[in-house]
Amino acid sequence: MRRYSAFAIAREAARYHSGWGKAWSSPEPKKKYDVIIVGAGGHGLATAFYLGRNFGITNVAVIEKGWLGGGNTGRNTTIIRSNYLQDPSAAIYEKSRSLYETMSQDLNYNVMFSPRGVMMLAQTQAEVRGYLRTAQANALQGVSTRFIQPAEVKKLVPIINLDGPRYPVLGALWQDRAGTARHDAVAWGYARACSDMGMDIIQQCEVTAVRREGGRVVGVDTTKGAIDCDKLGIVVAGNSGVMAERAGFRLPIESVALQALVSEPIKPCMDVVVMANTVHGYMSQSDKGEMVIGGGADGFNNYTQRGSFHHIEETVRALVETFPMVSRLKMLRQWGGIVDMTGDRSPILSKTPVEGVFINGGWGTGGFKATPGSGWAMAELMAKGHSPLTDEFSMWRFKEGKFIDESVAAGVAH
Amino acid sequence: MSTRLATGGRLLDKGRQVSFTFNGKRMTGCAGDTLASALLANDQVMMGRSFKYHRPRGVVASGAEEPNALVGLGTGARFEPNQRATTTELFEGLSAASQNHWPSLDYDIGAVNQAFARFLPAGFYYKMFMFPRVFWKHVYEPFIRQSAGLGKAPDAETRDADTYEHFHAYTDVLVIGGGIAGLQAALAAGRSGARVLVMEQTPHWGGRAPVDGGEVDGKPAEAFIDAAVAELEAMDNVTLRLRCMGAGVYDHGYVLGYERLSDHAPGADGPRHRLWRVRAGQVITATGAIERPLSFAGNDVPGVMLASALRDYVVNWGVSAGDRTVVVTNNDDAYRTALVLLDAGLNVPLILDARAGGGGALADEARARGIRVETGKGIAKVKGRARVTGVAICAQAGEGAVLEEVPCDAVAMSGGWSPVVHLWSHCGGKLNWDDALAMFRPDAGRAPTGHDGAPFVAACGAANGEFGLNAILKDANTAGQTAARATGHKPGRKGAPKASDAGDEAPLEQVWLMPQGANIKLRMKAWLDYQNDVKVSDVQLAAREGYESVEHTKRYTTLGMATDQGKLSNINGLAVLSNVLGQPIPQAGTTTFRPPYTPISMGAIAGEARGALFQPIRRTTVHDWHEAQNAYMEPVGHWRRPYCFPKAGESHEDAVQREVRATRDSLGLLDASTLGKLIVKGPDAGRFMDMMYTNMMSNLAVGKCRYGLMCSENGFLMDDGVVARLSDDTWLCHTTTGGAERVHAHMEEFLQTEWWDWQIFVANVTEQYAQFGVVGPNSRKVLEKLGGVDLSKEALAFMQWTEGTLAGIESRIFRISFSGELSYEVAVPASMGRAFWNKLLEAGKEFGVTPYGTEALHIMRAEKGFIMIGDETDGTVIPQDLGLNWAISKKKEDYIGKRAQARSYMTNPERWKLVGLETVDGSVLPDGAYAVGEGVNANGQRVVQGRVTSTYHSPTLERGIAMGLVLHGPDRMGEVLDFPRLDGSIVQAKIVDHVWFDKDGEKQNV
Ligand SMILES: Cc1cc2nc3c(=O)[nH]c(=O)nc-3n(C[C@H](O)[C@H](O)[C@H](O)COP(=O)(O)OP(=O)(O)OC[C@H]3O[C@@H](n4cnc5c(N)ncnc54)[C@H](O)[C@@H]3O)c2cc1C
Repeated sequence: MRRYSAFAIAREAARYHSGWGKAWSSPEPKKKYDVIIVGAGGHGLATAFYLGRNFGITNVAVIEKGWLGGGNTGRNTTIIRSNYLQDPSAAIYEKSRSLYETMSQDLNYNVMFSPRGVMMLAQTQAEVRGYLRTAQANALQGVSTRFIQPAEVKKLVPIINLDGPRYPVLGALWQDRAGTARHDAVAWGYARACSDMGMDIIQQCEVTAVRREGGRVVGVDTTKGAIDCDKLGIVVAGNSGVMAERAGFRLPIESVALQALVSEPIKPCMDVVVMANTVHGYMSQSDKGEMVIGGGADGFNNYTQRGSFHHIEETVRALVETFPMVSRLKMLRQWGGIVDMTGDRSPILSKTPVEGVFINGGWGTGGFKATPGSGWAMAELMAKGHSPLTDEFSMWRFKEGKFIDESVAAGVAH
Repeated sequence: MSTRLATGGRLLDKGRQVSFTFNGKRMTGCAGDTLASALLANDQVMMGRSFKYHRPRGVVASGAEEPNALVGLGTGARFEPNQRATTTELFEGLSAASQNHWPSLDYDIGAVNQAFARFLPAGFYYKMFMFPRVFWKHVYEPFIRQSAGLGKAPDAETRDADTYEHFHAYTDVLVIGGGIAGLQAALAAGRSGARVLVMEQTPHWGGRAPVDGGEVDGKPAEAFIDAAVAELEAMDNVTLRLRCMGAGVYDHGYVLGYERLSDHAPGADGPRHRLWRVRAGQVITATGAIERPLSFAGNDVPGVMLASALRDYVVNWGVSAGDRTVVVTNNDDAYRTALVLLDAGLNVPLILDARAGGGGALADEARARGIRVETGKGIAKVKGRARVTGVAICAQAGEGAVLEEVPCDAVAMSGGWSPVVHLWSHCGGKLNWDDALAMFRPDAGRAPTGHDGAPFVAACGAANGEFGLNAILKDANTAGQTAARATGHKPGRKGAPKASDAGDEAPLEQVWLMPQGANIKLRMKAWLDYQNDVKVSDVQLAAREGYESVEHTKRYTTLGMATDQGKLSNINGLAVLSNVLGQPIPQAGTTTFRPPYTPISMGAIAGEARGALFQPIRRTTVHDWHEAQNAYMEPVGHWRRPYCFPKAGESHEDAVQREVRATRDSLGLLDASTLGKLIVKGPDAGRFMDMMYTNMMSNLAVGKCRYGLMCSENGFLMDDGVVARLSDDTWLCHTTTGGAERVHAHMEEFLQTEWWDWQIFVANVTEQYAQFGVVGPNSRKVLEKLGGVDLSKEALAFMQWTEGTLAGIESRIFRISFSGELSYEVAVPASMGRAFWNKLLEAGKEFGVTPYGTEALHIMRAEKGFIMIGDETDGTVIPQDLGLNWAISKKKEDYIGKRAQARSYMTNPERWKLVGLETVDGSVLPDGAYAVGEGVNANGQRVVQGRVTSTYHSPTLERGIAMGLVLHGPDRMGEVLDFPRLDGSIVQAKIVDHVWFDKDGEKQNV
């Protein structure tokens, strides 16, 4: 792999950048792989990456029905934080956040992880108490967070309106090493690293069936033909239910549209990420200058990757109320992704009723932040059959009633 | 020089001068100008700087597709960044400032980026800025953010001075676009009697036709437009809207329109923008087409413009971009510009036609009028930096060897036209590639479909890829008639008027790079996306590096992601990509078109719902009284409730403690009106109540009350409250303040989806009653003083209710207690709430009556050991965790949550259970603190064995008390647990019973 650096760029500039090779190759599928991962989103690629990096398993194919990173990985609002309440969540999200810290160097691809700080506003007494509890829990989980007072909120976010007529800002939960990253770059960086390890990333290839023999996976059918494998990882986010059905089991997952929007770019005016859960909206400013805005998920199931306007309206109202100057900006574009929601809004990282098939899904509205941690844990689960990070996220927890409910602390989980 | 012409300017009122400022400089234009045309009239061709390299940029287009001429408009609370000069109507006093430069438009430090352009190819930032690691956050990123960003941010404290509104409309046929196609479609649909709404984004009807020429029914197009508008205006079933853009098409015929009511007259009465939210039976997109630039070196130098735009400026606004214009084209249409320029007395030294065979009739006419036409030639390079000074000519087939240089001060380019297919595509309409016309056209066979599978969007006119006047009118007429028919109307037989056909035009030739073999130096100067500074070389690099999907290329290079959303660049970029990949264009496919068509203001999206109207506050009948007492209010659900009533100079804490003591000593009053009140009534109400609550409710006697628990399907405790049986078939359910709507919806969901055959009505009567807690040892006395109802122990025992006239006011009196005191809740009709409250205050004077707030309420319930939804529960807690098994009926076969509560983890003895907690030193435990156990878990997290659910200083016990959930808690009475504070120090607390106050209930039972 050709290393990326300022020197490499300078060298290439001399010959008008004619020497750069492909970031990843696009081979035809082989007959058989040790492991097939379905879905070349961030999670699927990260799973493949850590299978190679941590367990030396490189005879791997990542199969993608569209273009790599084109699912929710390329549609999300890139908030990365680990200030979760429940122990199993905090463990995997913090593992993930810490992997983001060095991801650019690990992948030799600048994913622009920007630990600019994430702030979750408390606008009711109940939220104040909820976030105080989260701060307490985080302290014991090794997650660095702090409850801050309104004056500090205003200092960090000059454009905020502390005394909205409706919900005054009473404080906030603040995680200063949380932030954002460039979503496409995460997928591309992993893809390049996987390709470099000799793995095959096969795009424009849909997995249409999972072939089984005696309750065990033996391969998959795809739009590019049949491919054999020993183990299969299903990492398809909004399509989890569909793929599970193809593998012969059912999941407690519903798919709904989640939308986001950006404003036109403006000069820097907000350096941190702010989430206002009482009013259902959150906002950050991208490095290009766009205000990146998101809110709640649509209330009905669908697979169209577009949402209704009503949620956009609600979200924008909430943000105009919280940051009044936003009223003078314009919405540049809106889009949607299909997110996979479980009953407790926490993910599933699990073995399945089919031997050799593993599932990683249900990240719903908040899985971008989990990308490296999820890949790390999933790789361990697939390689060793068990991982302390995934133990609590088994799909059978819904049968037992052992939920990992995060809505406790915050209505929205991005 | 760009300047105002003596002739032309059909949209201008030349008699009316309008003065404005640009970058502080005073200028004048005419009524009818856009900011762009007025700037051109003042020889201000350069209007901004690009995003990445800070290149000087002039206006290239004349409408919504403009990528360069963006300005900051207005000042103060009316400032707005990134306004397109081409769609900004000029008004007296307009003040505009160009963007993205420092210190000034003419001298911009950021322009040094151009010198480094070679080091900043597409995606360079993915390959560098990685070392040292900490530099990203502190050095690189701040620098990148500052140099990007385009327009200035409005001031942090800006409060928008304008208002906005939403408009809901229903129509059979919505026509988007008021050019001749839109007007003809509207006529065809309107004549059938269908309701028709027509939206046109500009302030004028007719679109391009008056500029492009041609005749309808033997008269100039303008005459047809006037007649059409007059006919439409006369129809009652037709609504016409100018300055109103179709912004987005959504599922089920839902369309957003964006009407700019007073952008051209800021400060005028009424809203600035109006968001139309339309349900349309059929949508017709008659949105026209947009001309494409050609990709040659220096195609971004100010003075290089779209050929059609130059024509617009001359005809519509009477301004020229330059005296000598070189035209460069791959099609016949650009010749029209040359002819228009000649007509206006301007000079066209040369037309470069990239087609070896040259043009048709229009080319002949140009030649006949003395213009030099060179075929098979193109531009190697544009000369000039901040302004075009000339062009270097080359053979289109070659690599760019310069044949000749021709001085000029403007360049008119045309690379063909792209239909505006955005609105067609928003909701899934598919496109076909038309190789002859080099454009994507709507595929009528794959239109967006509605709930019934039938198409609900149709494109017509240029938006459908039709370009001859006659063809356009026919196409539009059919579209209008079809839409009318689809919405149940009978269109007449009237056809479209006859129009002149485009003369003998030679076919366009695809030219995606000029010259075809341009070397890398030229390709690095050939812009695709002006605003984001994406060049031919960037797209080629992306493709070489494996970013082959059009979405990858777009994201890697940022092509088409600027504020113009690629209206000029997408097809050109796609073609360059396809060429590198050796694929036909349709195989590479387009990127997705997403709403809105052009950016719309957030203000308009938020509409009226701002400030006090954002989420209107629900007010109890005594809300004003609370405010008059300077109560400290907290938001609870959509209400505001008094947290406490501090007296002058009193802290909130002190006020709360005082309120508790006064209530326990004598008499407290609580405004409990916000608690939800749901009536459940009907023959099946009893069994329904048994399903909704864990308790048995069907056997509750009329006249009695019972505390009830409600669980979700997953078994978790979701709400609680006192249920009263009002009559044989009627129950009244009290819910928490925040829970009323949720519980109501929960009941309705089951009634509508599971037990739809049960005969029950549920009504939310929360606001029909004012309800007050009369609490404390003197509560009976004060109510007896009001008189009218026998409230003796014998007449009204604990957990009973009665009706009567108290103090002359019809009342329902519940003898219930959430504090452990003798206590009543009195419900009166909302209209009598304030009167009754006043009477209570008056009668209570002798007992030192004390209104108390939510915090005193919380403390008193905690002292008594009552749980609070939201404190002891958090969506993961089941009643069994809270020792509430007594409220779960063992006799019932089923209730919602029962099955879930039988699951293995729900019955696990390791679940944390409710206990009381007392700090060893009497202090107050921190909110949300956890009790730690030994060591760490498999993920390195500290092991915990319990947590605080609510914690207070109790004035009654004069110490900190808390409730919490603890592992094996009830079996560990007396054990001391460690609770770390956030600062790392430890508070120790003993496990105790969670009922502190009057355990045997003697007080409430007196
Ligand atoms: C609008 C929006 C905003 C969001 N904001 C945030 C945020 O701020 N922070 C955060 O942490 N998370 C956020 N999320 C959630 C986050 O995007 C997702 O949880 C995460 O990206 C999921 O990654 P993934 O790799 O599992 O899924 P994806 O990126 O969706 O990848 C799944 C892939 O599987 C492919 N696939 C599906 N079926 C098949 C098949 N049969 N054969 C082959 N391939 C198949 C798909 O094409 C897709 O590429 C947001 C999501 C949305 C939609």
